Amino acid sequence: MELELGLQPSAPRDRDAIRPEVAFRCSMSRTPVRLIDSAADAAACIAAIAERRDREAFAVLFRHFAPRLKSYICKLGTDSATAEELVQETMVMLWRKAAQFDPTKAAPSTWIFTIARNLRIDAIRRENRPEPDMTDPVFVPEPAALASETVEHRQRDARLRHAVMALPEDQRTVLQLAFFEDKAHSAIAAHLGIPLGTVKSRLRLAFGHLRNRLGGP
Amino acid sequence: MTVTHHPGEELLIDFAAGGLAEPWSLAIATHLALCPNCRQTVADAEAVGGALLDGLALAAIDDDALDRVLARLDEAPPIETAGSNQAAPGTVLPEPLRSYVGGDLGQLRWRRLGFGASQVQIKTANDSGAVRLLRVPGGGSVPHHGHHGPELTVVLAGGFTDAQGHFLRGDLQQTDPSVRHQPRSDPGAPCISLTVTNAPLDFSSRLVRALKPWIGI
Repeated sequence: MELELGLQPSAPRDRDAIRPEVAFRCSMSRTPVRLIDSAADAAACIAAIAERRDREAFAVLFRHFAPRLKSYICKLGTDSATAEELVQETMVMLWRKAAQFDPTKAAPSTWIFTIARNLRIDAIRRENRPEPDMTDPVFVPEPAALASETVEHRQRDARLRHAVMALPEDQRTVLQLAFFEDKAHSAIAAHLGIPLGTVKSRLRLAFGHLRNRLGGP
Repeated sequence: MTVTHHPGEELLIDFAAGGLAEPWSLAIATHLALCPNCRQTVADAEAVGGALLDGLALAAIDDDALDRVLARLDEAPPIETAGSNQAAPGTVLPEPLRSYVGGDLGQLRWRRLGFGASQVQIKTANDSGAVRLLRVPGGGSVPHHGHHGPELTVVLAGGFTDAQGHFLRGDLQQTDPSVRHQPRSDPGAPCISLTVTNAPLDFSSRLVRALKPWIGI
C-alpha cells in the first residue's frame, strides 16, 4: 500500500481488501500504513456509526487509529497495558460521540486526537480539561467572516498534513516534542540541549509556517 | 468589543497539545470563550496534532483488542450533543470558569485582601498554579510588585492599565519574573480578573511585604 497523505479524492475501495495483519507486521515501521485512504473515508466511517451504529465501520477506524493512538499515548510515557486501555476508552468514546463529529470543523484525525488528549489528561494526570462551551450564552461566537471559512476545512487539513511532512527536521522535532512528549518548553530545551528561547522561536516558526500554508492557495 | 491582548502562540499550542496544566489551561479557556481569533489558532494547532497523530509509527496492538472493544459497544450508548448551557442575561463569567466557581458574580463570597481588593480562591485538581478571582475597586491599584514565576491574568469586568497597555474584558496579560508593574484599575466599576500564579507576588514596598501574611497573595 502506498504512503498516502490524504490528498487524493477518495477512490472506490473494497473494505474486504483491508488486511489488519498489515498493521501488525509493520508495527515497528517508520512508514505509516494506510488502512484508510483519506480523511473522507474516515469521516464516512464516523458518519456510518452515527447513523446506523455500523460496527464494520468502527472496525475499520479501529484498525487505522488504534496503533497510532497507542503510539501517541506510549510516547507520553505511559506503559503499554495502560496505553492499550486508554486506546480502548478513546475508541469507545468515538463510538458514543460519533453524532457530534462535524467534518466541516475538523478532520477525523484531529477530532480523535482531541478525544485521546482529553481522556489521557483525565486518566493519567487526574486533572480536568477546561474548555469553552459554545452553547454558553456568554460565549463570544465567530464573526460571520471567520465562520464562513470553515467550509474550507477539509482542504485545509489535507494541505496541513502535507506541510507537516515537509517541515525542516529541527522544526518538526520541536513540534513533535510539544505534542507528544508531555514536556514543558523548558524541559524540551534541556532535552534538545538548546536554549529555551530557541525552542519557542522554532515552535513559532514551525507553526507560523504551517498556518501560512493553510492560508495560502 | 474586540479583545486586543492575547496569550503567546506557544501557550495556545501547549493548550492544544494538552501539555498545559489545569490552572493555566483554565485561564486560556476563559480567554478562548471570549476570543474567536485565539480559538482559531487552537483549532489549527489541534489540526497539527491530528496530522502528527496520523503520521506516527504504528504500535503493536493486542490480538484480541478489537474483539474486546467490540464487546463493549452494546453497553456504550450514544452521547448525542452536550446539553445547551443556561445563563441569565447579564451573566459575566463564561464557562468553564462559571462551573469552577459555582455560579456567576452574585454567588461569590469575596474575601478581603489588604489593599481594598478582594479575592475568591478557585480549586483545581492540579495545583501547579494558584487560581483566584481578584476584584480591585475602580480607580484603585495593586501595590507595585514583581513575580517569582509566570502569571496569567484575564480581565472579566472593568479594566486596568500598566506599562504594557490597557486591558479590558477578555484581554489576557502574560507576565514573568522580568516584569515589575503596578496595575491601576480604570475609574468607575471594579476591575474583576482571573489570575493564575505559581509563586507569591514580590511586593516592592517593604511595608507591604511586612503585611504579606495578612494580605494573602
